[in-house]
Amino acid sequence: MRHQLPPELHRAHQEIREIARGYGLNTFDIIFELVDYDEINEVAALGGFPNRYPHWRFGMEYDYLNKTYTYGLQKIYELVINNDPCYAYLQKGNAVVDQKLVMAHVYGHCDFFKNNMWFAHTNRKMLDEMANHATRIREFQDQLGVEVVEDFIDQCLSIDNLIDQYSVFQNAPAAKKSSLLVEDPESDAHRGLKKFQNKDYLENFVNPRSFIEEQEKRKREGQEKLRKFPARPERDVLAFLVNFAPLEGWQQEILSIVREEAYYFAPQAATKIMNEGWASYWHSTIMTKHVLKDSEVVDYADHHSGTVSSRPGQLNPYKLGIELFRDIEERWNKGKFGKEYDECEDSGIKERWDKQIGLGRQKIFEVRKMHNDVTFIDSFMNEEFCERQKLFTYGFNRRTGQYEIVDRDWRKVKSQLLFSLSNFGQPIILVEDGNYQNRGELLLVHQHEGLDLEYDKATETLKNIFAIWSRPVHLMTKHNSQGKLLSFDGKEVHEKDAA
Amino acid sequence: MISGIKRDHQRFKQIVKGKIKQNLKKYMTQGEIVGRQGKDYVSIPVHQIDLPHFRFGQRQSGGVGSGEGQPGTSLGQDGDQNGQKAGSSEGEHTLDVEVSLQELAEMLAQELELPRIQPKGQGSLSAQKNRYTGIHNVGPNNLRHLKRTYREALKRQIVSGQYDPQNPVIVPIKRDFRYRTWKNVQQPQNNALIIYMMDVSGSMGDEQKEIVRTESFWIDTWIRSNYKDIDIRYIIHDATAREVDENTFYHTRESGGTLISSAYKLCLDLIQKDYSVDEWNIYAFHFSDGDNWSAEDTKLCVDLLKSDLVPKLNLFCYGQVESRYGSGQFIKDLMENFQSDERLVTSKIENKEAIYRSLKEFLGKGK
Repeated sequence: MRHQLPPELHRAHQEIREIARGYGLNTFDIIFELVDYDEINEVAALGGFPNRYPHWRFGMEYDYLNKTYTYGLQKIYELVINNDPCYAYLQKGNAVVDQKLVMAHVYGHCDFFKNNMWFAHTNRKMLDEMANHATRIREFQDQLGVEVVEDFIDQCLSIDNLIDQYSVFQNAPAAKKSSLLVEDPESDAHRGLKKFQNKDYLENFVNPRSFIEEQEKRKREGQEKLRKFPARPERDVLAFLVNFAPLEGWQQEILSIVREEAYYFAPQAATKIMNEGWASYWHSTIMTKHVLKDSEVVDYADHHSGTVSSRPGQLNPYKLGIELFRDIEERWNKGKFGKEYDECEDSGIKERWDKQIGLGRQKIFEVRKMHNDVTFIDSFMNEEFCERQKLFTYGFNRRTGQYEIVDRDWRKVKSQLLFSLSNFGQPIILVEDGNYQNRGELLLVHQHEGLDLEYDKATETLKNIFAIWSRPVHLMTKHNSQGKLLSFDGKEVHEKDAA
Repeated sequence: MISGIKRDHQRFKQIVKGKIKQNLKKYMTQGEIVGRQGKDYVSIPVHQIDLPHFRFGQRQSGGVGSGEGQPGTSLGQDGDQNGQKAGSSEGEHTLDVEVSLQELAEMLAQELELPRIQPKGQGSLSAQKNRYTGIHNVGPNNLRHLKRTYREALKRQIVSGQYDPQNPVIVPIKRDFRYRTWKNVQQPQNNALIIYMMDVSGSMGDEQKEIVRTESFWIDTWIRSNYKDIDIRYIIHDATAREVDENTFYHTRESGGTLISSAYKLCLDLIQKDYSVDEWNIYAFHFSDGDNWSAEDTKLCVDLLKSDLVPKLNLFCYGQVESRYGSGQFIKDLMENFQSDERLVTSKIENKEAIYRSLKEFLGKGK
C-alpha cells in the first residue's frame, strides 16, 4: 500500500508539518497513505491496522461501513493509528481542502498520542505487533481448524472489557502463580511460631499461654489470607484467566493477544473527548490561520462545522473537547483562575476579567500531557461552560416511554458525565475467588454503582467465561436493588437471591 | 495488500447465512421476507450478531446532551439516544442480508429435505437457440467486432511498418474487419407454469390471505430454482372466477358464495388456450377454506379434476386454510376421490405455524 502522495498533497503535508512544529506540536513521523474508499473501509474495519488476525467481526464492520458509505450515511474523514511512525489515511477523491483539514487534524492526534501520559506505555510498534498476532493466530488456525480457533476468540472477545482500565501505567502486571500456594495448616501448625528460648520449667512464665495464643492466631490469619485466591480481588480478569485457567498453550496465547490489544486500545477510549478536541483545536488553528486559501474557505467552514456540529440533544465529543480546550486557553490567557478570581463575587467584574497573562497556550499543552477524559472534565468543566454549551442531563421516563431532559444544573451535568466516563462506561467486575466453595469454581463480583447489568448479555457472557474456566462460574451482581448470584455450571443458568 | 478483510467478510457472510438457515423455520412462517424480494435477491433482516459483554442496561442510564429545551422536554423514543453517551457506546443495527433466490431455495430444500424435481419429458423437448460464440471475417456490419478489428489492423500496421508510436493512428482496411458469428444450439427446454387459484369469498379473511401469500412465496422460490423460466398466473373466484394480476390476487375481497368449479374451469381454459401441455410443466395450487356451495358443485369439481385437469398437470395442490368460520368439507371429498393419485396433494393449513408442514407436503413429492 505504498501510494506516493501526489505533488500537491505532498507540498501541503510539508507546509502543515512546518506549521505544526512551529506551534510546538511534537509528533512521530507521519506517513499519509492515499487510499480509495473501498480500501479505507477495509482499513477502518480493521481498526486502522492493515494486518490483523482473521475474524468475522472485522468482516461485519466492513459490511456495515460499506453499506453506510453506499447509502451516504457516513464518511470516514480521518483514520490515524498510534504507532511510530504514525500512519494516517487520506481518502482518494476528496477535495484538496478536505485532505489538508485531515492532515492538520492528524497532526493533533499524533501529538496527543506521543505526549499524553496515558499513552506512555502503549506499544509504539503496534503495527508490527498486530501483524505478529495475525501470523500466530493463522498458524493456530492452520493447525487446529478455523472454527475451533474462531470460537475461542469469540469467547475471549466477549470479556475483552474486563481489564484493569487504570493499570495502563503498570503495564498490566499479572497475578503471580505463587499466590496459588495453599499451605497445609496441619503440617506447619507450629512452624514459624516465635518462642523465646528457655528451660522447660520456665516455659509457662517466659512464653505465657496468652502470648502463644496470640502468635497462633496471627499465623492462622496469615494462612487464611494465603489461602484466599486471589489474595486481593483482581480487576484484570483477563490476566487472571491467562494465568490460572486450565488452558492449552494456544488458548493461553490467544487470550494474551486479546488482552494485549485491549490494553493497547484502552487509552484511546479513555481520552476520546480530549483527543478529538485537541485534534480539532489544531486543525482549526492551522487551517484558519495559515493554510486556507480564499477559495477554500466556504468548503472548509462547511466541513469543519460538520465535524463539530451537535445534533439537537446530542453530545459530540469533538465539540465538547474543542470548546473546553478553547475555554481553558481563554481562562489562562486572561488569568481567570486561582484564589482571587474564585473568590470574586461580582459577575460583571468576573465577566470582564482580563489580566493579560497569556498563559493559555502553555496551559493547554500541559493539560494534553497530564489528563484523561475524567480528570479533564472534572478539573475544567465549570458553571459558565455548562451554561454556554447548553448542557443538560437526560433520563428515560418510564411513564411516557421517552427520553426527557431532566436537569440543567451544572453540578448534575458534570457528575452524570463523569459517571458515564468512569471506567470508560464499563461495569467494574472483579475476580473475588478462584476457588469458590473450595471447588475450584470462579466467583466474579460486579461492583454495583447504581446501574444494573444487562441481564441476558450477562448470562451469555458467563457462559463464555465458563468455556474458558471450565468449572462453574458465578457472578455476584444486583438487579432492581436485589442482590443476585448468577451461576452457570455448564448446563443451566441458575439465579439466586443474595445479600 | 488486504486480502484479509475480504476473507473476514466472506466468513461473516457465511455465519450470517448459517443464522438464516437456523431460523429458516421462523422466516418461513412469519412471512417477514415476503415483499422484500428483488429480481434475483431477497433481503432478509438479521439482527447484528453480537458478542455478549458485561455491560449496563441502556434504559436506566441517562446521559448528557446539549441543546435547547426545558426540563421535561422530550428527546424522542428511539434507541438513537443511546448514542449521546459520551463514553463508548455502540448502537445496534439490523443487517439486511441479501441472499440469492437460488441459495434460499437450496436452504429450503435442505430444511424440508425436498427431492429435486424431475421435469416432465426431460430431454425430449428441445429448443433452438442462437449463441454468438465465434468470429468470422465476413458478416453484416451490425455484428462487427470492434476490438478484434482494431487488433487485426494494429497487427497489420506493425508488421508492415506503418505503425508510428509517436502518432498511433490505426486505420482498418477491409480485410481487417471481423464479425461475430453464431451457432445454433439445441437446448433441452423445461419451462414451468404455476397457476394459483384462491377463494376470495367472504369467509376468507386477511389472515388467511397472509398465509397464502407466504406459502406461495416459498412455492415460487422452490419451483423457480428448478426450472429455467416460469410463468405465473393468478385466478380468484367466489361464485365466478376471473384471471387477475398478482396484486389484485392478494388484495381482493368479495362477499359472494363459493363455486370452486368455476375456478377449475377457468384454469382448464387458460391451459388449453395458452400452453401446450407437452412443453410445459404445469403446477396448480388452489387455496380455499373448503366451504363449497353445494355437493353437486363438489362433484363437478372432482369430475373436472379427474378427467381433464389433473392429467395435464405435474402436480395439483389443494391447501385448505382454516378461517374463523371453521373449515369445510372439500378437503375430505378430494382425499376420498384421489387417495391413490400422486399428482394431487391436499394439505390443511390451520395457522401460520402449519405453513412449514404444508410446504413439505406439497413439494415433498419431487414432482
